[in-house]
Amino acid sequence: MTLHTTHVDWFGLGPVLVLIGASFVALLCAVLVPRAMRRLASATIAGAGFTAALVLAVWLYVDSANGHTIVSGAFYRDRWTALGQVILCAIGLATTLLGVEHIPGWGRSSDPERRDDHIAEFFALLLASGAGMAFFVGAANLMVLFLSLEWFSIALYVMCAIDYDLEGSLEAGLKYLIVGSFGAGALLFGSALVYGATGTTSFHGIARAVASQGLTGDTFLVTGIALIVAGLGFKMSAAPFHMWTPDVYEGAPTTVTAWMSSATKVAALLLAFRLMTTAFPHDEHLWSWAFAIVATVSLAIGNFAALVQRNVKRILAYSSISHAGFMLIGLSAGSALGGRALMYYLVPYSAMAFGSFAIVAARERELGVPVTLENLAGFGWERPFLGVAMWFFMFGFAGLPLGGGFVGKFYVLAAAYRHGWVWLVIVGVLATLVSLYYYLGIVRAMYMRPSAELQVQPGGSVAVSGGAPAKEELLHVAVGAAFVVSLGSLFAVQPLIELARHAARALPL
Amino acid sequence: MNASSLTSILIWLPIAGAILIWILPLSRYATGSLALLFSLAEVGFWIEQAARFDFTRSGLQMEERATWFGDLHVSYHVGVYGFSMWLVGLTVVAMAACTGYGFWVGRDRSRAYFGLMLLLTGATVGVFVAQDLLVFYAFFEAMLIPLYVLIGVWGGARRMEATIKFVIYTMAGSLLMLAAIIAYGLKSGTFDLVNGPTSASRWLFLGFMLAFVIKAPLFPFHGWLPDAYREAPPEVSAVLSGVIAKAGLYGMLRIAIAKFPDPTSFYRTAVLALAAAALVYGSLLAFRSTDFRGVVAYSSLAQSGLIALGLFAGTDLGFDGAVLQMVAHGLISTSLFLIAGAVERRTTTGEFRFLGGMARGRPALATLLMTLGVISLAVPGSASFAGEFLILAGVFQRAWWWSAIGAGAIVLAAMYMLRLISAVLHEARGSTVADEALDLRPGELALVVPLVAGLLFLSAWPAGISHHSFFGQSPAASVRSQFK
Repeated sequence: MTLHTTHVDWFGLGPVLVLIGASFVALLCAVLVPRAMRRLASATIAGAGFTAALVLAVWLYVDSANGHTIVSGAFYRDRWTALGQVILCAIGLATTLLGVEHIPGWGRSSDPERRDDHIAEFFALLLASGAGMAFFVGAANLMVLFLSLEWFSIALYVMCAIDYDLEGSLEAGLKYLIVGSFGAGALLFGSALVYGATGTTSFHGIARAVASQGLTGDTFLVTGIALIVAGLGFKMSAAPFHMWTPDVYEGAPTTVTAWMSSATKVAALLLAFRLMTTAFPHDEHLWSWAFAIVATVSLAIGNFAALVQRNVKRILAYSSISHAGFMLIGLSAGSALGGRALMYYLVPYSAMAFGSFAIVAARERELGVPVTLENLAGFGWERPFLGVAMWFFMFGFAGLPLGGGFVGKFYVLAAAYRHGWVWLVIVGVLATLVSLYYYLGIVRAMYMRPSAELQVQPGGSVAVSGGAPAKEELLHVAVGAAFVVSLGSLFAVQPLIELARHAARALPL
Repeated sequence: MNASSLTSILIWLPIAGAILIWILPLSRYATGSLALLFSLAEVGFWIEQAARFDFTRSGLQMEERATWFGDLHVSYHVGVYGFSMWLVGLTVVAMAACTGYGFWVGRDRSRAYFGLMLLLTGATVGVFVAQDLLVFYAFFEAMLIPLYVLIGVWGGARRMEATIKFVIYTMAGSLLMLAAIIAYGLKSGTFDLVNGPTSASRWLFLGFMLAFVIKAPLFPFHGWLPDAYREAPPEVSAVLSGVIAKAGLYGMLRIAIAKFPDPTSFYRTAVLALAAAALVYGSLLAFRSTDFRGVVAYSSLAQSGLIALGLFAGTDLGFDGAVLQMVAHGLISTSLFLIAGAVERRTTTGEFRFLGGMARGRPALATLLMTLGVISLAVPGSASFAGEFLILAGVFQRAWWWSAIGAGAIVLAAMYMLRLISAVLHEARGSTVADEALDLRPGELALVVPLVAGLLFLSAWPAGISHHSFFGQSPAASVRSQFK
């Protein structure tokens, strides 16, 4: 008897394997390393893991000019995957820096002695969810897609709830679990319908089957696509699948929110773009309309709901919904330009999203209570660097030409225009106008209150930690990196677009 | 030094200065000196540019081009024409005076303040020299960022409403302009202003014009103006009305009129009507205003209308007069706002009912305010007389009644200006005017006198600008050929 084994391109899976390996090592830390060393050891492992995976992903980008599937057609080794993994690993590295000082979140009631209890588990989960996302962006068939989606989602559910004695953390985890399972269920059901219609789960195979059997517009297939769109919509927190987002983003430890708001969107949007253009090119007229409508609804709900929020994490959560809308404009164009626009947009967006949540984390630590527009007063003058960075991120989010967010918006709107959708351009422009109010509201809260309110808030970091004010060097490094990336992406558009163009060439556009 | 790099230096030198000021932990005094040094160096570079500018050559000069992103054909493309060079000059001179004013009054949180003033300088120069639509848009928007913070942090008591109104108004216009830019650029395959084709699309024209009429502003898009001009610190009001408003008018000339010839003639009457409305309405409101800054603010609205009248006349005289008047009014309103600031510092108010009798014992203040008033009400022989006369003669060639309206408004200008002068300088002594209130100090004189000297120079030789803005004998032909 001969045992049939598939040829596995281990190098092509390198970033995923490195991350999952680092996750196991970090988990071992939780039991083998004494508590005093645990935080340092597990953070070092996480940092090393993400760095190694980043290097491998860059290497894969260089080495995968001719994209192809590996592991019996289960996984794409191409530049779209590799570039997505580079972005994910960079966010992971920044999250590690943030996590060292901010996990568990500040403001919880329990004993400070117990802060290091679950730190190694946190980094293990961070690495595991990173590995799941790195696998997800390269998925080449519907089973791998579902498997990796569950893989990183389960890790995220636990990460949301890791601060179980922080108000709202457990609630956030549970809410995300229930709503996320619903989304995953929709995705799975949709996959089953697509499989039923076409007899295959591979992305390429679906497109071939649709073409050869003339299945365009087939009821099963269309229902399946609709359910898959809904399932992915949950992960990218696009309206109307966004209900969980504000609550979960608010309740989860801010480090986890920073990671979710940037990395999950990168993974979900890149995968969605690949899935739609590879597997369903013959139904483009359907899904591009579907995504255009989802984009419009996200822009409307995200921006209008953000106007009335007082809690800064909720404002940023709604802002992330509206940005999902912007990126979906690029997706709905379904063109090479749309792909480039999406890939480019993700770079400044994830930098700004991560950076702004990191700054909220710093303020939370000072105050020991959730950050609102009221208690943000004076923050800009007290912490000049973080204040300027927040100011910068807010203007960048609003699409003012202070960072790459401006060029990103220009690109997605250009993609919509070239697709012939002037109305979508107008929607995007109007949504930006509405968004100005709450982004500037945050700047106003930090810098422009009457001078009495601009005094240092009582309590401060001393009250929480009982010692001198925290230095938070690692947080500053992470925010500084986000700042540099979002500013740099304004000037380095050409090189970034070249990278994105090579990546999008892997897709059948 | 290479002449073509001067344009980029004028943009990036103040921005580099801003970054330097934000990074270096200097004292208030050192920060202010450094900022003033940068803005004076900026004036020096502009003089160098003006000296090297070749008025006998057509087309763009001192241009630089580098690809920004190639797949959509966007490039960093800057350069100057005659008229844009004058506006750059206005910007750097007025910004230097306003930065100096900030230094003189000792603004608190000085590093943030002076950095933002320098950033504003660079962004505004960028608007006037950008030759690519996206670069133009980026600088046009970038002006808003420092302005928002400058008004919001250092402004008066009702600054919150003022900033929100200002930002929402201007962004509403400029975001629709972004949509128009995308449509124009993708349709014509380039975002370049020099090589790009003309367009006959009325929608695109309206998209651009909306942004410009809000920024200028013209009636009825001036809702943000009174609050912003009253609540901003005086030197920021001076920049707003003296320089930033000109960016809107410049956009009309450089983009709306030059790139959209057919829509321009289609909407000519409508725009002229808006401009005339702004002129008359602004003058009437200026006459009704009860405070110093209100008069200057509404007179800026009127002057924007007058300049737009000249631009949309579409005649040789109209274009020449409009450029001259942009510079002349820029200098006038900058100086007037700075003097308004000086008066407010001495009396704590700009309300006319608390002012009066300031001429007695304050000769410098009286002389400067009188001189500015006389120039601004277009007494024959003054720079603004030359500008207004050219504009009215230019628009007369369209139809006589436009210049009749304009001439009527000039009478109104005389009324509100004289009212302002008498309410501040003459009449009975106001309740807030103490005997101890000093005359203008040397520091203040050093800021305002150069501006007034510039105005007197232009009064003596208006052709310095009006004959040196466009290539050739006919500005209208130059605009038709898109300045080539």
